[in-house]
Amino acid sequence: MSISEAALLPPVPVPDEVSRPFWDGCRRKELLMQRCASCQRYRFHPREMCPHCRSMAAEWRPVSGRGLIFSKVVCHPPVLPAFQDRVPYAVVLVELEEDPNLRLVGNVLDVPPDRVRIGSPVHVAFQEISEEITLPQWRLA
Amino acid sequence: MARELWRKAAIVGIAQSGFSKNIGRSERSLAVEVVRNALAEAGLAPEDVDGLVRFDLETTTEAEIARNLGIPNLRFFAEVGYGGGGGCATLSLAAMAVESGRAEVVVCWRARNRGSGGRPWAGTRMEVGGDQQWYIPWGLVRPVDQIAMLAARHMHEFGTTSEQFGAVAVAFRKHAQRNPHAMMRDPMTIEDHQNSRMISEPLRKFDCCLETDGALAVVVTTPERARNLKQRPVAILGAAQGMGPDHVVMANYHKERFLETPSLFAAREVYAQAGVEPDDIDCAQWYDAFTPLVILSLEEYGFCKPGEGGPFSENGRLEWPDGALPSNTSGGGLSEAYVHGFNLILEGVRQMRGTSTCQVEDAELCLVTSGGGVPTSAAILART
Repeated sequence: MSISEAALLPPVPVPDEVSRPFWDGCRRKELLMQRCASCQRYRFHPREMCPHCRSMAAEWRPVSGRGLIFSKVVCHPPVLPAFQDRVPYAVVLVELEEDPNLRLVGNVLDVPPDRVRIGSPVHVAFQEISEEITLPQWRLA
Repeated sequence: MARELWRKAAIVGIAQSGFSKNIGRSERSLAVEVVRNALAEAGLAPEDVDGLVRFDLETTTEAEIARNLGIPNLRFFAEVGYGGGGGCATLSLAAMAVESGRAEVVVCWRARNRGSGGRPWAGTRMEVGGDQQWYIPWGLVRPVDQIAMLAARHMHEFGTTSEQFGAVAVAFRKHAQRNPHAMMRDPMTIEDHQNSRMISEPLRKFDCCLETDGALAVVVTTPERARNLKQRPVAILGAAQGMGPDHVVMANYHKERFLETPSLFAAREVYAQAGVEPDDIDCAQWYDAFTPLVILSLEEYGFCKPGEGGPFSENGRLEWPDGALPSNTSGGGLSEAYVHGFNLILEGVRQMRGTSTCQVEDAELCLVTSGGGVPTSAAILART
């Protein structure tokens, strides 16, 4: 693959020791969030230690995949070459119903940006972008 | 604690290069020149320097500065992280160094060819790890996108309008028109702002700072040494950093209070150090990479209540000479130059010397802030 072809591929997440269960879940079309195994509080971004009880014991819990659009931007040019064919495109922040501090960045699939509104209910959808990586995405509920 | 730094550190020299989209010289060439010129303005020689402080993304090292200027020895050198958040933190480190005796003459500088050097986001890697794996893959790539997410929520919660963002840009442009060094000196109206194209809705082109090549430096020393130099010293009354809870750099979306930024924490600290309140501040130089950062800062630095930054920015309140809080009196990052906020520090110094091109009458205290949406810093400068 040439350098110019590579520039047209969207940036892909690189799972690490902490985040791998999240990305493995997405590949199985399951939305998992990290939770403290001691005090049972969710946290995001995932990390090594619970900021509430300082336990290092964590578990990954399936969540409903339902949430509300908390905020939204619409990106216009100039953008990375990989996103050029999508402009203008909306990026949203979705607040999950399990915990208002669980907010995921995503896109709402199959609707134009002006139909994406703060406060709208959405549910998770999975978009495979490579053999290894499936992104959690959203559809209007 | 109050007024401790007032007695212990002062800014005694400043210098800046020209500002342009393509200055045609290296960052290092600009850096060594402004450091030399700031020392000369102060009436000091490179041999007097024993400390240097820089901040994130600075490509010139302390060793290169020292080697170019023939500084015989540095006994204090440090770098602050987090992009534009580190600007006023350089003053904090310099003040601590001269106060504690770890150095006597410290130069802080910033040289950056952001105008000709390309946009950092354009170099986004095709594989993203760490915190970036949680927002870049969906196309939230540019700093303007990351800040627009805060702006959109502020509009939703409080009814803040694009015209209110525009009022910030228009005010700062008015000040730039009086500053011969400012890059953007054409008049701007709210209508011009509204007609500028969308970049990351709700933010338009005129909500975004300039892209500038340029460099600036300040010299910090003890009050004792400051007394016998060429310029009227400007006191560093307070210089503080802040981060707040559960911070993610730029995409700071996962804490309990969504619209709370590190500025709230830097604000508490800088006022406590200085022993003053927002009411005491005569003018402000806000970090203005994007207009909503000014509106959030007006709230977090205590000039209005949470949610009221939009209306506060209207009716000329930020405008010199008659506004309640003349702000970014050289034009700021939106209209003078965007040198990672370091030009805001120099304008604060000029206000406290009485030499601004939009001089606030009888100004005694100026607040200067650094990067929004990142671990940040702020300073309160005082006339002596």
